[in-house]
Amino acid sequence: MLSKRIIPCLDVREGRTTKGIKFENNIDIGDPVKMARFYYEAGADELVFYDITASHEKRDIMIEVVKEVARTIFIPFSVGGGIRTLEDMRAVLLAGAEKVSVNSAAVKNPEIISQGAKAFGNQCVVLGMDVKHVGEKKGIASGYEIVINGGRTYMGIDALEWAKKGQALGAGEICLNSIDADGTKDGYEMTLTRLISDNVSIPVIASGGAGKPEHISEVLTRGCADAALIASMVHYGTYTINDIKNHLEQKGIKIRRNRKFSS
Amino acid sequence: MIAIVDYGAGNLTSVKRAVSYLGYDSIITDDPEKIAHSDRIIFPGVGAAGAAMEMMQKRGIDNALKESFKAKIPMLGICVGCQIIMERSEENDTVCLGLIKGEAKSFPNNMKEVGNRIVINDKNALERYLKVPHMGWNGLNTVQNHPLFNGIEQKDEFYFVHSYFPVPIDKSNIYGETQYGITFASAIGKENLFATQFHLEKSGEPGLLILKNFCTWKP
Repeated sequence: MLSKRIIPCLDVREGRTTKGIKFENNIDIGDPVKMARFYYEAGADELVFYDITASHEKRDIMIEVVKEVARTIFIPFSVGGGIRTLEDMRAVLLAGAEKVSVNSAAVKNPEIISQGAKAFGNQCVVLGMDVKHVGEKKGIASGYEIVINGGRTYMGIDALEWAKKGQALGAGEICLNSIDADGTKDGYEMTLTRLISDNVSIPVIASGGAGKPEHISEVLTRGCADAALIASMVHYGTYTINDIKNHLEQKGIKIRRNRKFSS
Repeated sequence: MIAIVDYGAGNLTSVKRAVSYLGYDSIITDDPEKIAHSDRIIFPGVGAAGAAMEMMQKRGIDNALKESFKAKIPMLGICVGCQIIMERSEENDTVCLGLIKGEAKSFPNNMKEVGNRIVINDKNALERYLKVPHMGWNGLNTVQNHPLFNGIEQKDEFYFVHSYFPVPIDKSNIYGETQYGITFASAIGKENLFATQFHLEKSGEPGLLILKNFCTWKP
């Protein structure tokens, strides 16, 4: 049986990691390559890097980070943030990422999903979705709407319809981020996660709101997520990957046990 | 020198990086001469068996691999590389290298009837869905000893991304099995040839261990 995946997420700006609370007041917490190795040894099943570098000129720094990470850890990792073209996708995959995540670029140009899937394989393309609860309204039957720009721009697209369309276009996985829950540490958006998981056949990574291990066991069972994205709850040392996996195992959830590193 | 065979299928650089991390030199090549004259051969791959075989035939790599197998050169297939050593693959009904008798089959799926899903109940009676491709970390039950398994423990898990898997006719070719709805062969071998359905280069320390064992293997 497949193990449920625990995936630390590292926000990277100009080559350094940060962790934003609701996308504001980002605090610098270090070297992404060292953090990647730390989480690799700590038993993370996969890693996600989001490049939040604003200036396009400085984006090459991220490619160098990806290359160095790929020489340092031997588990899958994905890279997202600022991916706009097929060439952007190619660059991070060639640098050593296993998967590439598209978010707002896919909203503006859905064809990038199918082009990426065709060029690199479905398993390489992760559809990142930022979602806000807006209530049922015209065009938003599920009550969940796709947003971009960190939640500032409403796109008038139903999140459920977008998830189905993303799958049809060839996305291999969905990383589902609730803007409402993000940074709250109050738990994942369970209704949203369950809704999307029930309606697509590709894996769903739940994102936004993880504050304690119970939130993760909840979203992996009741939420039917295949994987859980975590950030500040481990970045600031509140919990270790082991704490989380111990809890999941107690709840009867299958997880992967990492080997101990001798040195 | 270890030759990493380039047949247009997949992320070869990640395999090269892992081999280099372990302290071994390798070259990525599509030259049948270089492949035939290397000390060891790794053929990784993601993608489709059909496209892989077509590319191999076009460049004469298929014959180089068949000759190398006869010449007892240590060979390691990864993922699609574990499927194309069979006689054929169900994927686009492709004729493959035939180094091991049997074929590569896809996971059973009556997917249309149940909306792309196979619903099973696990021991907690949670509703669970088996998705294809089989993607993520899963176990390896080593059903036979093999030098490449030295140091591998039953609790070790490996990273998979695939929709097809090898089905050897001769069970003695099966070294490891994995469960995903069904039990399938995830590590197979014959003489100087070994192959894993999982990605050794993405499976953390256990993956690196098998890769390292391969780099010193004397079949």
